[in-house]
Amino acid sequence: MTGFLQNTFNGLVSGAFYALLALGLAVIFGMLRVVNFAHGAFYMLGAFGAYVLLTEAGVPFWAALVIMPLGLAVVGMALERAFIHRLTRLDPLYNFLLTFGLTLILQDLVKLRYGVQSSPYQTPSALAGSVDFGVFDFPTYRVFILGFAVAVCVGVWWLLTNTRIGMVVRASTERPELTQAFGINVGRWVTPVFGFGIGLAGLAGVLAAPMRAVNPLMGADLIIVVFAVVVIGGLGSIFGSVAAGFGIGLVQAWGEAYLSDFPIVSQTIVFVVMAVVLLWRPAGLFGREEAPA
Amino acid sequence: MLRIENLSAWYGEAQVLREVSLDVAAGEVVTLVGRNGAGKSTLLRCVMGLHAGQRGTVELDGRDVGKLPAYRRARLGLGWVPDDRGSYATLSVTENLTLPPTVGPDPWSLERVYEAFPALYQRRDSAATMLSGGEQQMLALARVLRMGARLLLCDEPTEGLSPLLVQQVGDLLREAKRHGVTVLLVEQNLHFATGVADRHYLLAEGRVAEAMDNSEVRSRERELLSYLGI
Repeated sequence: MTGFLQNTFNGLVSGAFYALLALGLAVIFGMLRVVNFAHGAFYMLGAFGAYVLLTEAGVPFWAALVIMPLGLAVVGMALERAFIHRLTRLDPLYNFLLTFGLTLILQDLVKLRYGVQSSPYQTPSALAGSVDFGVFDFPTYRVFILGFAVAVCVGVWWLLTNTRIGMVVRASTERPELTQAFGINVGRWVTPVFGFGIGLAGLAGVLAAPMRAVNPLMGADLIIVVFAVVVIGGLGSIFGSVAAGFGIGLVQAWGEAYLSDFPIVSQTIVFVVMAVVLLWRPAGLFGREEAPA
Repeated sequence: MLRIENLSAWYGEAQVLREVSLDVAAGEVVTLVGRNGAGKSTLLRCVMGLHAGQRGTVELDGRDVGKLPAYRRARLGLGWVPDDRGSYATLSVTENLTLPPTVGPDPWSLERVYEAFPALYQRRDSAATMLSGGEQQMLALARVLRMGARLLLCDEPTEGLSPLLVQQVGDLLREAKRHGVTVLLVEQNLHFATGVADRHYLLAEGRVAEAMDNSEVRSRERELLSYLGI
């Protein structure tokens, strides 16, 4: 039982990263119809940025948790203005090539400066140690990640469901063309939403720094699973991306724990789940078929 | 109020509208009738600014709006009622109604909408896509009235509705007209069209084949039905 609870907790922590990344991808895809392949690279930049701020400027984790998401959100907005919005009217392949190329450039720039080896990032002292849950201990930092990610997801959900901006973003994410026809300048919201999505990736990266190996490829390793999460949740579905993020974290953790004798199964279980979901619901668990205007 | 001149439109290489010219005066209800594929819905999309492959002139109150994006046309008073009713699954009924800004001099208040449509009030917190087809159609019409739109672009608002609901849609359009709202209506239900419209344009193969006053319809009914393939 203790093992099961620990595996469940670990799954939820992994799911927290998936949820934060998938949430950003979902709002970006929903509003721009752009599959942002560079999302993993911005996650990596969040972690690397935190590392560089600490080692080269002595900026602590807590400050990095604010600076990196905001900084990367600004970079994301500049990127959207400079490149992405020019391609959104064209075949989606162009933005795929752009964001994929950008990933390679960002990864190689970091490799050039810091090499390919993983860099250690100290867990902040306030979050060192472990929390006693009675039947098992769990690292304090992981408890923090879970609580923080849930708080961010709930906060974003509140913003989306209780404010006019949230209503406009939901409408624009669901049916951008129709929303234009109702007098709303969807284009005005595209840049901030893209920046917001990138900021969430950066936030996930900073959170990952003390827990995961900080290296130029850390985003590339993760992003494939995150794409599966977004597809399972339903492309563009905000709630679906978060729910599927935590769900896939659990499935992966349980698979690794209880199917370890069958490595092929445990390593591919996420994609098996994706295939089954797509056969059952082609638009994903919470997605809906593309509608016209 | 609306003047369209030499409007042509394409989907890829296929031309669906060919030099269409028509006009709609303020306060009129005008229908576009024709078979499936005649270009009726495309014409409405062109007026709304939702169709990229087009050439020609679209004027609203004497102003060329052809280069304006859809959201700016909506703010000039165009109210879009799409053929799929345009309900948002992630928005409640109230949110579907309050999403668009008010754009005209006489927007309906939310209270007035709910008074006129008690069924929408009862389901005001439900996701709009959970409503029945008829309720979604009422929601689509109520939304543009709440915007205060001056020219409604209605794409087959009676499609798939029961006779009772068709009658309600007709009553609503007549009431809007009484308040000075102009309507351009795509319709295949000739009986409904003649009950609400002042004039009709017949579209065939992307061209205006005929324009007729509503008073002429009875004497030319057979001709009209042949255009509709009935």
